[in-house]
Amino acid sequence: MKYIDEFQDPELARRLLDDIRATVTRPWALMEVCGGQTHSIIRHGIDQLLPDEVELIHGPGCPVCVTPLEVIDKALEIASRPEVIFCSFGDMLRVPGTGRDLFQVRGEGGDVRVVYSPLDALRIAQRNPDREVVFFGIGFETTAPPNAMTVHQARKLGIGNFSMLVSHVRVPPAIEAIMSSPSCRVQGFLAAGHVCSVMGVGEYPELAERFRVPIVVTGFEPLDILEGVRRAVRQLERGEHTVDNAYARAVRPEGNPAARAMLEDVFEVTDRAWRGIGVIPDSGWRLSSKYRDHDAEHRFAVGGIRTVEPAECRSGEVLQGLLKPHECEAFGTLCTPRTPLGATMVSSEGACAAYYLYRRLDLPAAKAREASPVV
Amino acid sequence: MCLAVPGRVLDIEERDGTRMATVDFGGVVKEVCLEYLPDLRVGEYAIVHVGFALQRLDEESARQTLELFAELGMLQEEFGDAWEMAAAEAGVEPVTEAPADETPVAEVLAEEVRNR
Repeated sequence: MKYIDEFQDPELARRLLDDIRATVTRPWALMEVCGGQTHSIIRHGIDQLLPDEVELIHGPGCPVCVTPLEVIDKALEIASRPEVIFCSFGDMLRVPGTGRDLFQVRGEGGDVRVVYSPLDALRIAQRNPDREVVFFGIGFETTAPPNAMTVHQARKLGIGNFSMLVSHVRVPPAIEAIMSSPSCRVQGFLAAGHVCSVMGVGEYPELAERFRVPIVVTGFEPLDILEGVRRAVRQLERGEHTVDNAYARAVRPEGNPAARAMLEDVFEVTDRAWRGIGVIPDSGWRLSSKYRDHDAEHRFAVGGIRTVEPAECRSGEVLQGLLKPHECEAFGTLCTPRTPLGATMVSSEGACAAYYLYRRLDLPAAKAREASPVV
Repeated sequence: MCLAVPGRVLDIEERDGTRMATVDFGGVVKEVCLEYLPDLRVGEYAIVHVGFALQRLDEESARQTLELFAELGMLQEEFGDAWEMAAAEAGVEPVTEAPADETPVAEVLAEEVRNR
């Protein structure tokens, strides 16, 4: 019962685990889509607490990790320009582009600023009318509505020196791509709770039916995750494949209609490349033509960037659930949070970072010595 | 960044034609946009992501989640100084000083959060 004392309610956690043990009769593989859930699972050792028959596979749900290298390189190029104030969330700072990251760009004199909210970037644009302020707009359906509102506000208030480098991604097409892969082992999904807080659950029944997989909307606390697993396993054992909401305290079936309406106004669906995975049709958003004036890709000529992914990095397989982070040869040796090969090692939601932070003592001794300690 | 944190509305006002609130995240106080939850009232809880309230939450659920996040250091991760964290991770000296109008590092009342 490793880490069980950390559970808010150890007794309830035990009861959920007992119920899962009593229900499961054969092996099942479940994918948690959200990187926040991956960290919660590894941090609490939930994967170790579950019966051997239940395997948790980590999905592509870290927006920082899946942002294509080409977009990171565009961000680095824009951020290096003297007229630009480049604003980003903090977890993009150390994501490696080709050769460097935003942290280094600031060290070289670039005006890179960390903001908590995209509205902070808009405020910086208002205060600096003689500069070009660019916000790095990445993220899933949870982050897209705040970014959409910010672009909407920029237009409404006539803030002409504000633009956004947009690389938003959508979860349902990623689930579709994972299930369509011949090497897919996933039999059920724990859907990302906060994505569903915005989008509701309407996009999932068709996927559950078509691929015959249960999809359980799941929260982030240890008990939430255990409850999500319990409901998914119960469906699998019964041969069911429906959409179930185990996070009803934060997810209404219809999501947040105001946010969804703003998304439809400001963005339009587009094909999007996922770092390490490749192009997934209809899996992203870009600014709609109405807001093209605020599109940083149009404002700055950043085409023709050649990208080079490190050959040793296998984060694409990690993101698709085909490889566990510690099974990668470079893990903990060539690739550490100090010297990351891929974004999955530095993002606060990255699967490799989770394994490194919480499992580094599991490394073979020689590897562990070479690996630089982080915390 | 993916983390959405429950917070309690302390105060609401209109600014630039936008409905904004002051929200308490277990000791860290931030400004939050209410455009997506316009009928949220003072004293109520909501899930907040990158400065936007996205969904209502009952008080008990909010309190439990906040306590867990505080215990796990996730509030520090979300509201702490990203430059310091990046420098520590990179194994270099922290970037000296933030530009004057950079979002001030949250009034991270780390002690208060820890002592809750």
